[in-house]
Amino acid sequence: MQMTDTTPPNMTISDEKAIEISQMNKWYGSFHVLRDINLTVYRGERIVICGPSGSGKSTMIRCINALEEHQDGTIVVDGTRLTSDLKNIDKIRSEVGMCFQHFNLFPHLTILENCTLAPIWVRKVPKKEAVETAMHYLEKVKIPDQANKYPGQLSGGQQQRVAIARSLCMKPRVMLFDEPTSALDPEMIKEVLDTMIELAEEGMTMLCVTHEMGFARQVANRVIFMDRGQIVEQNEPEAFFNNPQSDRTKLFLSQILGH
Amino acid sequence: MIDRPVEYPAVDHEVAYLRTEEAPTLQPPGSEIGFRGWLWRNIFASMADYTSAPAAVMSLFMTAITLFTGYAIVWMAWTLLDFTVFSATFTAAEGLKRDACLPNPGACWPFIEAKWYQFMYGFYPPEDVWRVNVCFAVLAAGIGWLIFGPSHRGKVAAFMLFGYPVLAYVLLNGMPVEDNGDLGHIFSGVWFPAIVAAVLFAGWWLADAGRLGDVGSAFAPVLLMGVIVVAIFAVLPLVTMAIDLALGTEVVETNKWGGLTVTLVVAIAGIVVSLPMGMLLALGRRSSAPIIKWSSIIFIEVVRGIPLISVLFFASAMLPYFLEPGVDFNKLLRAMIGVMLFASAYMAEVIRGGLQAMPKGQYEGGMSLGLSYWQQMRLIIMPQALTTVIPGIVNTFIGLFKDTTLVLIISIFDLLGILMATLKDPEWATPTTAYTGYLTIALIYWIFCFGMSRYSVHMERKLDRSHH
Ligand SMILES: Nc1ncnc2c1ncn2[C@@H]1O[C@H](COP(=O)(O)OP(=O)(O)O)[C@@H](O)[C@H]1O
Ligand SMILES: [Mg+2]
Repeated sequence: MQMTDTTPPNMTISDEKAIEISQMNKWYGSFHVLRDINLTVYRGERIVICGPSGSGKSTMIRCINALEEHQDGTIVVDGTRLTSDLKNIDKIRSEVGMCFQHFNLFPHLTILENCTLAPIWVRKVPKKEAVETAMHYLEKVKIPDQANKYPGQLSGGQQQRVAIARSLCMKPRVMLFDEPTSALDPEMIKEVLDTMIELAEEGMTMLCVTHEMGFARQVANRVIFMDRGQIVEQNEPEAFFNNPQSDRTKLFLSQILGH
Repeated sequence: MIDRPVEYPAVDHEVAYLRTEEAPTLQPPGSEIGFRGWLWRNIFASMADYTSAPAAVMSLFMTAITLFTGYAIVWMAWTLLDFTVFSATFTAAEGLKRDACLPNPGACWPFIEAKWYQFMYGFYPPEDVWRVNVCFAVLAAGIGWLIFGPSHRGKVAAFMLFGYPVLAYVLLNGMPVEDNGDLGHIFSGVWFPAIVAAVLFAGWWLADAGRLGDVGSAFAPVLLMGVIVVAIFAVLPLVTMAIDLALGTEVVETNKWGGLTVTLVVAIAGIVVSLPMGMLLALGRRSSAPIIKWSSIIFIEVVRGIPLISVLFFASAMLPYFLEPGVDFNKLLRAMIGVMLFASAYMAEVIRGGLQAMPKGQYEGGMSLGLSYWQQMRLIIMPQALTTVIPGIVNTFIGLFKDTTLVLIISIFDLLGILMATLKDPEWATPTTAYTGYLTIALIYWIFCFGMSRYSVHMERKLDRSHH
């Protein structure tokens, strides 16, 4: 991956808050899985979250679109506060796109149907318009010719790109990625990362849990390190990688970078 | 990183290798291909090894088994053929009846011919039998369309689920305008369900738009189903009136229905009701709301724990004691409700198996796109869960189809019941009448069940998305 030295014009960060998490705590039973999480994401930010397995990265970003509920503190997404009210939850979920490690495409629907399902049923977009939007995004992720196949007929990298297109069809204002490349064969990782880089260059607000440190250096404006349910350290990528402060960060970086 | 140098043991043979010429692609050995290959692999190979004593004993043993099985198959086929064809009576001269069959030791086919009408329709009046035939024809056309139809399958399926039962009821039962031409009672039957449907519809409209909060939205689909059911009741008298004015259909009381007609009515009612009921119960059993969860569990476990036959018997023998004298709750309807409840409980467990097999990611994929609970169930979870359990669903349907024979214990004459009634006819009493009859209806049951089984295989293939 080559490094871009000029920031594309769209990759600017506004001072409008896209996500605001304050003093959030979460428990699984009596296990305190997330401790005192405070995180404000401004529109246009590209944040990479890393940390050891089991540190609560997935749990944290899943709280943002209420796939997990939190017991304490507040999460405000796009000005809407997350409460147990289903209406707010549905609204936030339709504004926030999410890509999973295992894609979670719907295997009984074609690629095109995967992409038009939510716009038609949630946004009530007319079918013809939904198909046009879907084809637009499928072209963007470079697989328009697979539109009528089923997910099972595509490679892992293609499936993950469909999953990204499927989220984009809802015109989300924020995208969450939970280890989008960890289930992929090495030769497919690049095509997915390229898609994500393009998305970042268009100004999408993104939170990515990933261990692709090249991607973090190139795209992120902020890297967050989590350990044992807490945000331990965050910094700009250069400083984060070259000059980590906490011992836990240093240990983690030496483990994933040092060979 | 490992800093310490590792000593690996030395290898004392040549490891470097480079292929210089392409290996040819060859035909498989002769024993693998064609009919001969098949015969060899599946029949003769196991009898042909005499290289050692144990292998020879095994081969001889296999030879014995093969010979015995071959003999048994030929013997059974011959017996059946002899009974049904060679020693059978095919025609009876006018008025001969049993005397035509007595000389022959085989099947008495004229008996079947004479009683065929009853096998099919029971005691349905012959002048009205076209109504049953129209029902059968529409059913066959609908199913045919669902299997082979080029397009609009969804609409046809919706008609078969909601429209067809109404049509079938109107045709089979009839609901005529009274002779004095008084239409008042028909409209009096309309306004009450119409108002209830309107109220439910208003409730659904409010709930679906979220105006009644979360709990309200959760009940929206139930309300909508209520609207449909009640609306059917409201529309029914109007439809029947229209049909009656056009055709003059008489009421045919259900105690005149019989034979295959009753079997199909009970089985189809059970099938049509048990699938949606089973889905709701299965979802209910997995619900996080304790009331819904426990009522589903109690329903399923209670119904599954009681033999159908005892419920039918209770409904027929005991219910009259609890009802006021003169109130006659239709016997066929009672049996149908019993069968529907039973099938629903079994179906719920089959479908729950399918739900259990759904990966969590499918729910999360739907949730993350903002789909509501019912949208997730309808669009993502149920289609996949039902597909995985097609064999179990069809198994339940087949079981249900055959269990309908139990209605004969409350003197409803289904196909088997009619046969047993006609066997009592002394004019046809011969030593082989019963065998002929049982063989015939066994064949009829088998055709339907095998049809369902093939349909299940067809659907499995069609819906299989795993390796295209
Ligand atoms: N549904 C659950 N119930 C109980 N514990 C859970 C559940 N999901 C995750 N955990 C625990 O919470 C911790 C954080 O998990 P997770 O957020 O998936 O970590 P990460 O994504 O950083 O690897 C882990 O210790 C995990 O075992
Ligand atoms: Mg994780």
